[in-house]
Amino acid sequence: MIEIGLGHYLTLGAVIFSIGVIGIFLNRKNIIVILMSIELILLAVNINLVAFSIFLGDLAGQVFTLFILTVAAAEAAIGLAIIVVYFRNSGTIRVEEIDKLKG
Amino acid sequence: MIAHAIFFYTFSIIAVVSAIMVTASKNTVHSVFFLILDFISISCLFIMIGAEFLGMIMLIVYVGAVAVLFLFVVMMLNVAQQKNQWFAAKDSSKHIPIGLVISTLIFVEIIIVIGGWKYKPDLFDVNNSLSQTSLSNTHSLGQILYTDYIHVFQISGMILLVAMIGAIVLTFRQRSGVKRQSYIKQISRERAEGVEVLEVQSNKGVKIDD
Repeated sequence: MIEIGLGHYLTLGAVIFSIGVIGIFLNRKNIIVILMSIELILLAVNINLVAFSIFLGDLAGQVFTLFILTVAAAEAAIGLAIIVVYFRNSGTIRVEEIDKLKG
Repeated sequence: MIAHAIFFYTFSIIAVVSAIMVTASKNTVHSVFFLILDFISISCLFIMIGAEFLGMIMLIVYVGAVAVLFLFVVMMLNVAQQKNQWFAAKDSSKHIPIGLVISTLIFVEIIIVIGGWKYKPDLFDVNNSLSQTSLSNTHSLGQILYTDYIHVFQISGMILLVAMIGAIVLTFRQRSGVKRQSYIKQISRERAEGVEVLEVQSNKGVKIDD
């Protein structure tokens, strides 16, 4: 309990990952919260990579975290742009009302 | 050892609770606030565990850019027509308490990190090659990032460029009725479409633009 090891960090990553996945599925509000849940999932992945990198002594994990940060920033920018365009066209970003694709 | 445990449990509990609040809070602005708190907690964890460069980069990229981008979009889209009216005049002060709580938490975390930096070398003992070297984390990361991973680095730069162009192209809107200067039109003008020679009859004048 006192001795913090790799398992603690992996558990933290797993908890945040699960919260992100639950946030995607239980969301009844708008799409922006879904994008934020995706950011949470990427954050959990980053926690795992950094913890492994530190505890195993290999810097490659931190390099990969850097690239995940890049991709996450790009994804957030594109996703928010799509949301802005969708809101401009249809006037709503509520999850239930987005059914243009009949999914 | 006990210091490491205290640091870890403090920051991870804050991170988990704020992650729950991101998905559970009714107000999207509050969700963004809690997302910022989450990122700051995790980056404090990174700094304490020894990945200082990544912690700082997470602060800059996530809190400085991505979360503020989220805030901008939330405020730009007028989602107030939905059930929860955010920006009605009497409700607008509801953001202040949560904002105060979150900013106080962030302040306390920063104080803890700055205070804990003194004990960092003996915070936890990982007997590996990373902590044995005299190089700082940023230095050693840069040494392999620009040599072994240079191609991936450049590809990530391309990804950022594509994302930037894509976002601009997606949200670009051609407004009608706005007079703009167009070089192509100006250069490709011919004499025939610009000048017209008319026989002006006396006492009639010339009608322009009909």
